[in-house]
Amino acid sequence: MEKTSVKSLDKVVVRFSGDSGDGMQLAGNIFTNVSAGIGNSVSTFPDYPAEIRAPQGSLSGVSGFQVSVGNGVHTPGDQCDVLIAMNPAALKQNYKFLKPGGVIIVDIDSFKDDALKKALYTTDDPIRELGITAQVVEVPVTSMTKAALADSGLDNKAMLKCRNIFALGLVCWLFDRPLESALRHLRNKFAKKPAIYEANAKVINAGYDYGHNIHASVSTYRIETDDVRPGVYTDINGNTATAWGLIMASEKSGRPLFLGSYPITPATDILHELAKRKDLGVKACQMEDEIAGVCSAIGASFSGSLAVTSTSGPGLALKSEGIGLAVMAELPLVVIDVQRGGPSTGLPTKTEQTDLLQALYGRNGESPLAVVAPQSPTDCFNMAFEASRIAIEHMTPVILLSDAFIGNGSSAWRIPEASEFPDIHPHYLPDELHDGWKPYLRDPETLVRYWAIPGTPGLAHRLGGLEKDAVTSAISTDAANHARMTEIRREKIARITRDIPAQEVCFDTPGADTLLVGWGGTYGHLFTAAEELNKAGEKVAFTHFRYINPLPANAAEIFRRFRRVIVAELNCGQFADYLQARFPDVFFHRVNKVEGQPFLVSEIVDKVRNIIKN
Amino acid sequence: MSENTFTPADYKNEQSVRWCPGCGDHAILNTLHKAMATLGVPPHMTAVISGIGCSSRLPYYMNTYGFHTIHGRAAAIATGFKVANPEMTVWQISGDGDGLAIGGNHFIHAVRRNVDINMILFNNKIYGLTKGQYSPTSARGFVSKSSPYGTTEDPFIPAELVFGARGNFFARSIDVELATSQEVLVAAARHKGASVVEILQNCVIFNNGIHNAITDREYRADRTIHLRDGEKMLFGKDMNRGLVRDGFLLKAVEIGKDGYTIDDVLVHDAHCESNFLHQQLAMMDGTDLPLAVGVIRDFAAPTYNDEITAQIADVRARKGFSTLRDMIRAGETWEVK
Repeated sequence: MEKTSVKSLDKVVVRFSGDSGDGMQLAGNIFTNVSAGIGNSVSTFPDYPAEIRAPQGSLSGVSGFQVSVGNGVHTPGDQCDVLIAMNPAALKQNYKFLKPGGVIIVDIDSFKDDALKKALYTTDDPIRELGITAQVVEVPVTSMTKAALADSGLDNKAMLKCRNIFALGLVCWLFDRPLESALRHLRNKFAKKPAIYEANAKVINAGYDYGHNIHASVSTYRIETDDVRPGVYTDINGNTATAWGLIMASEKSGRPLFLGSYPITPATDILHELAKRKDLGVKACQMEDEIAGVCSAIGASFSGSLAVTSTSGPGLALKSEGIGLAVMAELPLVVIDVQRGGPSTGLPTKTEQTDLLQALYGRNGESPLAVVAPQSPTDCFNMAFEASRIAIEHMTPVILLSDAFIGNGSSAWRIPEASEFPDIHPHYLPDELHDGWKPYLRDPETLVRYWAIPGTPGLAHRLGGLEKDAVTSAISTDAANHARMTEIRREKIARITRDIPAQEVCFDTPGADTLLVGWGGTYGHLFTAAEELNKAGEKVAFTHFRYINPLPANAAEIFRRFRRVIVAELNCGQFADYLQARFPDVFFHRVNKVEGQPFLVSEIVDKVRNIIKN
Repeated sequence: MSENTFTPADYKNEQSVRWCPGCGDHAILNTLHKAMATLGVPPHMTAVISGIGCSSRLPYYMNTYGFHTIHGRAAAIATGFKVANPEMTVWQISGDGDGLAIGGNHFIHAVRRNVDINMILFNNKIYGLTKGQYSPTSARGFVSKSSPYGTTEDPFIPAELVFGARGNFFARSIDVELATSQEVLVAAARHKGASVVEILQNCVIFNNGIHNAITDREYRADRTIHLRDGEKMLFGKDMNRGLVRDGFLLKAVEIGKDGYTIDDVLVHDAHCESNFLHQQLAMMDGTDLPLAVGVIRDFAAPTYNDEITAQIADVRARKGFSTLRDMIRAGETWEVK
């Protein structure tokens, strides 16, 4: 097919938006997969309402899916090049995300009086009312979809459900995506409904052809294939990567994988994925509540499994007492918190980093544990593996702080070979220590107690939440013993430092006197901001933490090298507080945002510049 | 495994037992040791998991794998343990507060799920460890430290909760009835699936004599009935009283009186799928009708853990992946050279 104007861009950002029943997530996902399939790097940001079905056509019911595709993509982008708005409400909610010079595609058939009213417009000219000056392409999506399906025998409702695929076909045409690949995804999606597949296949072609027919009025883009390391790639989101990282840890440790969980947005996909992985022997149990989720995992851990519970903030609160038991019993346990906006039910589908202090301190008593945080969707795989490794080798609960942004976001991922990951060595009791063994005897170097797997003759033992004597392992309320055990539990976690990689600094150029610091899921935005600052001549070094407790051993040395240290995070300064308490001689500047939205690169750049200026 | 490989002493450890002198828990502990010896499952293949409360101290007195966990959560922890390590025989110990108040949700779901664990409910109708508050099994009007003017709420009847949760095994005993306790504990362990054993237990300090109206030697024979599968439902000192159907309900009669003969007396069928009569039997409270002890319901149904194991074997055989890498490579991928 011929195209008249092809723009060559490094990356483009497309935002699909519509009513939450319009299938925007599906259209966005297929576009992402198709793009990844032709070698683009991709990063996505689903932005959907908490209500599954808010009133149709209302502002609160608008669902969005933003994807950035192209070369060196680290984030879904701050603003989009192309906005698809399936109704007036979607236009109103999303036009502000459009880049200057961007294009808006609307389903003009949906711009009827009642829809305008539902979206609270006061005039019948929404484009003017919103002050939109960008190019708006009015496409009769609804009527074209219906026309394409005139002979299909589908009823009106079923036909309307295909509107999203018409839009997808149009976008595929705009960005030169192969329809065959999109059709393959549709075939998989509707494998059990051949009639629906046929209808969608017709509609996506109709959308593609429509794009061709109106090409004179829209600039089109070609997106270049990214330069990447050789290997086999797949597209992966953070929650799936988390699930797979746990499976890799199970393979590398020889301990079976058990998940005890309870559905909660935005973490449920981890449960979904591990439930599917019965094909790899995973036992994933949907329990009766969050507490049973963590408790079943603790039971599985005691019985000898790599045991995991997955949740989001409110669920982490419910699991606190159980996690404390795992601290006391010194059992391996991986707790995954895919953070969302809080407090309370908060913003279930939005992203934040506001559970850091809950993860570090949210338990009764002195209750230390390890905390790690992945920095990107693909890094969820690495850090789920690391959380498991630390839990098993150090006999401790580990909290993995993911978030809605990286959990739902996706990128291209080179499938690693198993040989790229180390073996995990469960801290089994060596044979020579069997005689006279007590459960709280430890390795003197690491302070880690031994894991005696139930079913082993001669090692029957009792654990519990009551304080135990450091030597005899019997219940003890002795004052000195409690002080000693408290110190041991603290020191055991501190010594994990010896077993994690050193912290790295990038853009560490001569003369760089400012250090930008981040942790967890904000990596992509912070890296891009640091890159832009350096391009603009600001000498800003950047370091991003994935190991939160304990911190890498060289963290202090890094902070002390810079005149100005700026911690940027999606909360009111929780990591900055944590660092400030540890390194009182360093002053930590803060860049914070609590809007339930990821950072914008531009706002980080501006705020860092302001701090440097003052 | 031969049944006499182990003795009760093999399941005891050297810990000194710290319950109050005269507490019903001592007797239950001893009968559990005996039941385990009868079952012959080696101590290292046995796990005892408890919550919090006086009775939940029990794992410390066992020479098995044991876990004294947190309040109310023993059933959830035992579920995870059993699913992950199904070769082990798992006992779960709770009191009426631990199991039915703070742990009520886990209790009903463990029963509903039919995970193969043996749940012993020590029912003394009081909170002992916190020194005497009413529990979810205390009768309406019960006076305690937290209900100085009497409670204004109705209690749970544990059996009713078990049937409400579609339980397949329910048995009852009394702490002082050592032989009955041993019998029902053995039956509970042999039953595949969630088995609930309620043991009426006396708290000598905070609720002494709460079960006396039933357990006192003077009336016990007339106020309790020991149900045995396949046997007539007879009770009384002279075993001359029996249970018969009376319209929609049950009635206690004297054989030879009012025209009732031994042929009218019901025969217990613990294995019947319908729980209708089981529930009526379990609800008898020792007033008009005798309190039932023994195995009241023992119906075989698929267990949660076996079904998971079977499903995994089935899916693995169909998909044929041996590693994570196989599974991922079988999905949508592309190669960069």
